[in-house]
Amino acid sequence: MKQIDLVIIGGGPAGLSAAKMAAESGLSSLIIERDFKVGGQLVKQTHMFFGSEKQYAKTRGIDIAKILVNDVLKYPELIEIMTDTTVVGLYKDKVVTLLQNDKYIKVQTNAIIIATGASEKVLAFENNDLPGIYGAGAVQTLMNVHGVLPGQNVVMVGSGNIGLIVSYQLIQAGVNVLCVLEAASEIGGYKVHASKLKRLGVDIKTSHSIKKAIGKEYLEKIVIGKLDDKWEFIEGTDEELVVDSLCISVGLSPLSNLLSMIETEMKYVSYLGGLVPLIDKNHETSIENVFVAGDVCGVEEASSAIVEGYLTGLVVAKKLGFVHPNYDELYLDFKDQLQNLRSGPFGEKLRLGLEEIMR
Amino acid sequence: MRIKEHPILTFEEKKELSFFFDGKEVFGYEGDTIASALHALGVKTLSHSIELHRPRGFYCAIGNCSSCNMIVNGKANVRTCVTLLVENMQVKTQVNKGDIYETN
Repeated sequence: MKQIDLVIIGGGPAGLSAAKMAAESGLSSLIIERDFKVGGQLVKQTHMFFGSEKQYAKTRGIDIAKILVNDVLKYPELIEIMTDTTVVGLYKDKVVTLLQNDKYIKVQTNAIIIATGASEKVLAFENNDLPGIYGAGAVQTLMNVHGVLPGQNVVMVGSGNIGLIVSYQLIQAGVNVLCVLEAASEIGGYKVHASKLKRLGVDIKTSHSIKKAIGKEYLEKIVIGKLDDKWEFIEGTDEELVVDSLCISVGLSPLSNLLSMIETEMKYVSYLGGLVPLIDKNHETSIENVFVAGDVCGVEEASSAIVEGYLTGLVVAKKLGFVHPNYDELYLDFKDQLQNLRSGPFGEKLRLGLEEIMR
Repeated sequence: MRIKEHPILTFEEKKELSFFFDGKEVFGYEGDTIASALHALGVKTLSHSIELHRPRGFYCAIGNCSSCNMIVNGKANVRTCVTLLVENMQVKTQVNKGDIYETN
């Protein structure tokens, strides 16, 4: 069996940052990533980030991914990366089993950081499984990583930041965005993103949603309708639109399934996106030496995932006897950065959600 | 369809890769996933639901939703959205739960 100090599951912003901070403290780790490359969902984010300089604000997501990957590559003797590798088993005695190209591998470790991120939610409506209906993030990958367009005429469902940003990026790639639908009476995302779309003439229809999709082999048309204040469709408001693609951007769910394998204490917290583990102030779960970082313990921005990664990497290293020379200073700084990222009215639900999972 | 011009990104010309989709020779580019190569060719239906055989396409692009599972080089349930295209790959539409290994 392979022996390693720390296993990090997920090579996105949280996992990469955790590995970097552990390595700075002198602790070796193994990053496991099921995609063929590390960088997580930053690799498709062509927009510039908010936040402060410490989380690479005013830098495009694609460039942040490069910075984080390069940081990790600076420690070839301490950080091992396995791509195309899926965790298939997690055991309480810190055995992790992996599948890499049909090869089954067992790893014994002392600590685990789960940084699996989140996945896009689906929305229930008639024919919601037709080809041509995609998660908005999936379309972002298709366009910005692979340079392939989803179609010519697109409608976006959901006006949160992802819905707004991807709509803008669809237009940048040359796609016609017919409209953005928002079930709530107000636009969900930041005004700055909404304004960019409005300036390009995109109609953001609040109190509207998708009723059904029409098509035989793939999406051909959709029917949308106006919603009342109870989110019920108002009769007589149906409108048919000819589209070849529909993007669903109705939020993300933490990818926390692995945690259930070791019976970690979990809680459903809607403000955090779904089922999340209970954690202490250092992101340790109810199972000793099993930590979480990033969207898996509450859906937020990549900026928070980066800082949570640094924090857990720092703390885990110390717990295993590798204390970073600037531990105290860094610890306070990471805590402070997280607090700043979650301040203000947009962070309110998140703050309430996080209070619910503190143990 | 592939993006030709983009205000932020540049898509360099890459090596063409030939592969087989349901027995027919088609082309993609180096760096493509199987799903992105098929999408660029206009192929949207990648799998079918097991019970009702409803057509299914690409949905999550992170290897999570299983909506893009196909038979690749005889192996069923391959997540084509996270599998890189390789020259001469045999890619087939899957219509059932998948046999352990196809013999052909």
